[in-house]
Amino acid sequence: MTAETASAAPVAAAVQLKHHSRFRWQRLILHVFLIGLALVWMFPILWTLYTALRPYGDTIKDGAVSFPQHLNFDNFVTAWTVGDLPRYFFNTFVIAVPAVILTLWISSMLGFIFARFSFRANLLLLMMFTAGNLLPPQVIIVPLYRMYLALPLPIPLSDHGVLYDSYFGVILIHVIFQTGFCTFVLSNYMKTISRELTEAALVDGASIWTIYRRVILPLCRPALAALAVLEFTFIYNDFFWALILMVTGGKRPITSALNNFQGSFFTDQNVLAAMSFIVAVPTIVVYLVLSKQFVRGLTLGSTKG
Amino acid sequence: MLTRRDRVMMALMVGIPSVLFITFVWLPAIASIFLSFTNWRGITALTANNFVGLKNYEQLFTTYPFFWPAVWHNILWLLTFVFIATPIGIFIAVLLDREMRGTRVYQSAFFIPVVLSLAIVGFIWEQMYTSQGFINSVLGHTSSDTAIDFLGDPSINIWAVLVAAGWRHVGYVMVLYLAGLKSVDPTLREAASIDGANARQTFFRVVFPVMKPINIVVVVITVIESLRAFDIAYIINRGKNGLELLSILITNNSISEASLIGFGSAIAVVLLVISLVPIVIFLTRTMREETT
Repeated sequence: MTAETASAAPVAAAVQLKHHSRFRWQRLILHVFLIGLALVWMFPILWTLYTALRPYGDTIKDGAVSFPQHLNFDNFVTAWTVGDLPRYFFNTFVIAVPAVILTLWISSMLGFIFARFSFRANLLLLMMFTAGNLLPPQVIIVPLYRMYLALPLPIPLSDHGVLYDSYFGVILIHVIFQTGFCTFVLSNYMKTISRELTEAALVDGASIWTIYRRVILPLCRPALAALAVLEFTFIYNDFFWALILMVTGGKRPITSALNNFQGSFFTDQNVLAAMSFIVAVPTIVVYLVLSKQFVRGLTLGSTKG
Repeated sequence: MLTRRDRVMMALMVGIPSVLFITFVWLPAIASIFLSFTNWRGITALTANNFVGLKNYEQLFTTYPFFWPAVWHNILWLLTFVFIATPIGIFIAVLLDREMRGTRVYQSAFFIPVVLSLAIVGFIWEQMYTSQGFINSVLGHTSSDTAIDFLGDPSINIWAVLVAAGWRHVGYVMVLYLAGLKSVDPTLREAASIDGANARQTFFRVVFPVMKPINIVVVVITVIESLRAFDIAYIINRGKNGLELLSILITNNSISEASLIGFGSAIAVVLLVISLVPIVIFLTRTMREETT
């Protein structure tokens, strides 16, 4: 008996060890493959950074693919001042902050009504919002552009007395286009909140507004945070609306202002690389710092969770 | 239990956004259809004389030289996304979906391109493609005469752009798919491996079929993204000379000095009709789930 167990144990251990080492080898190969692929994936961004850090003279003298002689931030300073980037970042801020707040406010109200009260119209309304959200914006741009030229907006809000070429107009179209997605996500999220909670509040005589404001909104904080991060990125990244609905280059937010930097705006490729990197950094930082919220926001809508 | 005040409140909460939405999305969409039958150029008032019937469409399908190239480029975009970028994204998601050191770092590396706008993706890839860019330098094409003109040559620039756009799409698909894979019941996989299925069989026979809802979301997003493609081609050369896309033709025709509003609207209607196909499929599926 003792002899048997004594002989069986090493065999079992050997089998396990063999299995284990095979597993470790597979893991190692997987890691090597993934590291390689990840480096390839990051390469265009890293290359842009490398180019941006080198003086143009070095690139010309030694060729683009060469070891660095000097590395400094001169190109970044040039891009920042020549490109007038602070102004465009300011424009982005003026547009994105109110747009995100308004979008979340409106879509949380809609989501609340859709999730809690089944009007017959709910399904239809939700459908309308989602459909609008999936439509390519270019489909509606021709009449929309004409509407923006024609619809009046008081002077303090716009320079020309119309929606066209105003911050307000760009904020408005962002809110309208983003509301569909956020409503969809938020109403799904609210459906997971216990119905008894709101019904009890109703019985206690709380008004609809109070229930929305005091019961539902605080419970939705995680979803709202996730959506705020995501929506900020979406609006930061928008190129089309401000390109078409604004004529004044200096009023455009940073991503649309990229259109001004086409061709030979900057003296050389290295400054252009620095500019590209500066514009890319904010959303990358937002993602790295808040990656959990970011991914949650993106997947909330798709996995109905 | 709902008071009169509550009902008014609810009507306002739903009503105001709905009115805005109808005014700024569906009204223009319907107006596009109407305008596509006119030759209006936006200078004089629109009258019955502007009505030209199907002339814009006729011109679009027969004589306008950029229409069919644009349709082809949109199809190419879609095919590249569906058959190359999406499978790569799914493959990476499957590789990352396990208990493993550094999986979050890998995930970030593949996802970072997704947080960039396609406009900035265009600028970043210009650093790879120009005559002084990385690829030409590595190939030893130092002078601009011998360099491959990746972005200017109309026979290859669409491919150069598709590599850049696909680079971004892979991460998008990866993160959606990863979330889906996490929600798959682990006992399913255990059962499959006890039954002797290898990793590939487990994925294709067990995991992939139960991922149907995510697969549909991925397909819809892929189709929509290909139809929405605009920024990157516009940034590179305003969608001319090999980079024509339906979305860009609409803007170039109607929001420019030419101001061919009727003609631009006809292109918009074509894009609208194509876009409605995936949207309707997606919505009917979502609604069916909602009612069951």
